[in-house]
Amino acid sequence: MTQPSWQMQVYAALRAARITQLAYVPDAGHAQLIEAAHADPVMRAVVLTTEEEGIALTAGAWLGGERAVLLMQSSGVGNCINMLSLPVNCRIPFFALITMRGEWAEFNPWQVPMGTATPAVLTAAGVHVRRADRADEVAEIVAASAALAFESAVPVAVLFSQRLVGAKVFAK
Amino acid sequence: MRNDGTLDRRAVAAALLRDPGDLLVVSGLGAPSYDAAAAGDRPLNFYLWGAMGGAAMVGLGIALAQRSRRVLVLTGDGEMLMGMGSLATIAAADAPNLAIAVLDNARYGETGSQRSHTGLTTDLAAVAAACGWSAIATARDMAEVEALRPRLRQERLFAVIRISPDELPRHLPPRDGAHLADRFRRALGVPTD
Repeated sequence: MTQPSWQMQVYAALRAARITQLAYVPDAGHAQLIEAAHADPVMRAVVLTTEEEGIALTAGAWLGGERAVLLMQSSGVGNCINMLSLPVNCRIPFFALITMRGEWAEFNPWQVPMGTATPAVLTAAGVHVRRADRADEVAEIVAASAALAFESAVPVAVLFSQRLVGAKVFAK
Repeated sequence: MRNDGTLDRRAVAAALLRDPGDLLVVSGLGAPSYDAAAAGDRPLNFYLWGAMGGAAMVGLGIALAQRSRRVLVLTGDGEMLMGMGSLATIAAADAPNLAIAVLDNARYGETGSQRSHTGLTTDLAAVAAACGWSAIATARDMAEVEALRPRLRQERLFAVIRISPDELPRHLPPRDGAHLADRFRRALGVPTD
């Protein structure tokens, strides 16, 4: 029996954490999770126009008694900062999976500033930041981070390194 | 384009929220939160004091989690403008139990009554329609507001209510977010994790 991909292990960890809403701004690194969510009758997958919508959505999910996760890439982190006052102020769990850009074989220089600032900006906004670099550790980090977020009611983001996700290839 | 709203915002909120039953209410920051509180504070009102642009999406998260309950988002034109993309997100989501009512005074009332886009060129109901909301309405008198009240509790409706830009005395709801969130979940009967 072959091992499921690390992405599907992450999806299983989300389900095991009883997450039933998944909001996302599309990202190639999250494509498998997004497809799995749409194919799963238990999961409500919500496509967003901008990342901060997902902060508000996940807070609403918690108010309504469900757990939600937000998927985005690092370029979207800057869009979220003021909205993070909602989970922080209301002591509502917040859980995000963020694919990194601008740090490993990045072709597009426009991705570098926000990618570089992502951990510091999240930390400054009160979010606990974890990072996954290897395929064999991702699911465990996601599971532990979801537990931290939902059991201790704090904001947590897991950064998926660009080396792990694979740098986007621009055909020339 | 001119916004010619004349309605008293407190009278509008009182009409829309009369006999709320188990209606779940999310109010946008600023005067709509004061209006909702003035209509009667209750644990199933979740007042935003910040997170501008997020009221409709908080409503969507609740609506997806509580499929058998009705959710009403009561917000202002400035708050809705900041979260305008959420009109597309919500239209594309599966949330028939969510309605939005925008108290539109065409002003940013909290910051000195500067004109907003709804007093310049933007029609939020038309924006919602273009995003895919099939039911939209605009109310300009109290009879139309009364007609909106049942619709906001039955339909997937986006409604704009033209209110007067007059500023009213503030009626401040609780502002401790953790308290508001906790009492909302308790009133809903959500088990504590």
